[in-house]
Amino acid sequence: MMEIKMKLRRELKENIEGYLFISPALLGVLIFSLGPMVASLILSFMQYDIVTPPRLIGFSNFRNLFIDPLFSKALFNTLYYVGGVVPLRLIVALLAAILLNQKVRGVTFFRTAYYIPSVSAGVAISIVWTYVFDPQYGLMNSVLGYLGIPGPPWIQSTTWAMPALILMGTWSIGQPMVIFLAGLQGIPTHLYEAVSIDGGNWWHKFRYVTLPMLTPVIFFNMVMQIIGTFQIFTSVYIITNGGPMNSTLVYVFYLYQQAFQWLRMGYGSALAWILFLIIFILTLMQFRISSLWVYHE
Amino acid sequence: MSNIKFKNIRIIAWKFFLYLLMSLGTIIFTLPFLWMLSTSLKPSNQVFIYPIQWIPKPFVWRNYIDAWRSAPFGIYYLNTVIITVLTVLGTVLSSILSAYGFARLRFKGRDTLFLLILSAMMLPNQVTIIPQFLMFKFLGWLNTFLPLTVPAFFGPPFYIFLLRQYMLTLPTELDDAAFIDGCSKFQVLILILLPLLKPAVFTMTILTFLASWNEFFSPLIYLSEMKKYTVTLGLTLFRGEFVTYWNWLMAASVVAILPCLLIFMLFQRYFIQGIALTGLKG
Repeated sequence: MMEIKMKLRRELKENIEGYLFISPALLGVLIFSLGPMVASLILSFMQYDIVTPPRLIGFSNFRNLFIDPLFSKALFNTLYYVGGVVPLRLIVALLAAILLNQKVRGVTFFRTAYYIPSVSAGVAISIVWTYVFDPQYGLMNSVLGYLGIPGPPWIQSTTWAMPALILMGTWSIGQPMVIFLAGLQGIPTHLYEAVSIDGGNWWHKFRYVTLPMLTPVIFFNMVMQIIGTFQIFTSVYIITNGGPMNSTLVYVFYLYQQAFQWLRMGYGSALAWILFLIIFILTLMQFRISSLWVYHE
Repeated sequence: MSNIKFKNIRIIAWKFFLYLLMSLGTIIFTLPFLWMLSTSLKPSNQVFIYPIQWIPKPFVWRNYIDAWRSAPFGIYYLNTVIITVLTVLGTVLSSILSAYGFARLRFKGRDTLFLLILSAMMLPNQVTIIPQFLMFKFLGWLNTFLPLTVPAFFGPPFYIFLLRQYMLTLPTELDDAAFIDGCSKFQVLILILLPLLKPAVFTMTILTFLASWNEFFSPLIYLSEMKKYTVTLGLTLFRGEFVTYWNWLMAASVVAILPCLLIFMLFQRYFIQGIALTGLKG
């Protein structure tokens, strides 16, 4: 009897201690994630401009989204950006990782150099790129000039503003590169030896060992990069401010304008939920398709 | 004999080719920085010269002083330091406590709650930002540092996950030995586990520092008064005022980026480890 009582007391104590330790996290998730998530869903069915009290309006926000030309423009622009930057960034990151995986002296120095653009992402670097893309005195067109290529007006042109942002995005490959490097180092060397014994060259090694062995890492990077680039904001805000003529109006920038510049909290919430759904479906689709190309041991 | 020689030449040529490629990449990835640095030291009349004059003649160090004086960068810096320090502190403290709970203690619903926290990690920022803003407005916290720092004290899910995974790799025998010696759970965490967690905590500190220092969206929506601005926010204002003063703008950008570059250079080993760790185990 005594023993059972003591055991119960000890269990109770363990439970209480456990909850105490995780209480910051639990409260945090409720207050800063799940609570706001539910509130945001409710808000998306409301009209609310902070000044006048919120009003339920049913599906109007969502209906308006589909006839809002700026919404489709923003969605198209974002898909354009993601579709451009993700493949480019992954290819460059993979090539850089393969290069930096060679066993030569001083390779850590080069790894640091390649990573630098990703450390300082944000406002300052966006300002630098604004200057890089200056049509007359910018670095980009000067370099193109050396090569005898007349540079386009980049961020001042509706055609070239988005490619400019994509180029800038391709430049910061740090995160996927490091993950590729870790993946490359995990490939057992005996596989390469086997190819050598069979008389294969570097291309066979790449095609039949490196690439298939890396597919899980490529998949991981792809999923993360699509989620991340879909939320591009800072560089657009700083470099183009959505222009010229909305040619770089991207999704989160439009959401920011609706919610925080024009204080349309309901409409902004509807935008947020559609964004969430799009990212969710895209990620789910990638997982579905992954069994066709991702190699698992 | 000649065969060996030929082989040696091939190896040397191959290495030369590798270094050439790696150097080419280095130029591409650092050129905008070098250009920023070069521009920041140019006299105004050399900013608009084609072709580019890479070495400023003379070096105008005054640009830094002038840029610093033309906006309250000292205040922006101080604000950013305060916010960053609080964010790092809050994240580290709360994540350690929560991660310990999830990794080591047994209580009802532990795994379900952990899944709940993991699912919060997947939630994009945009879905929560509007109600968060309204909540902070209701609390009267707009235009203060509170919306930027308080959430950090409630265990950001990503870092709890990171620390928990790391803690699971540590043997529990250490804990048990300490319990037998009469340590409490809290003492075990601080005295036994924390020293072993150092690399993970270090990685976390650096990642949080960089994220907080570069954060733009939250200061943009929460801070409205200039004397509350962070460096990133101050830079946008500065840019608006000095659109064509590229040498000043570049000087200000150098000053804004410098802490991140320094931290990265000093601790890059931890940093790259951290990325690989979170990336592959995630």
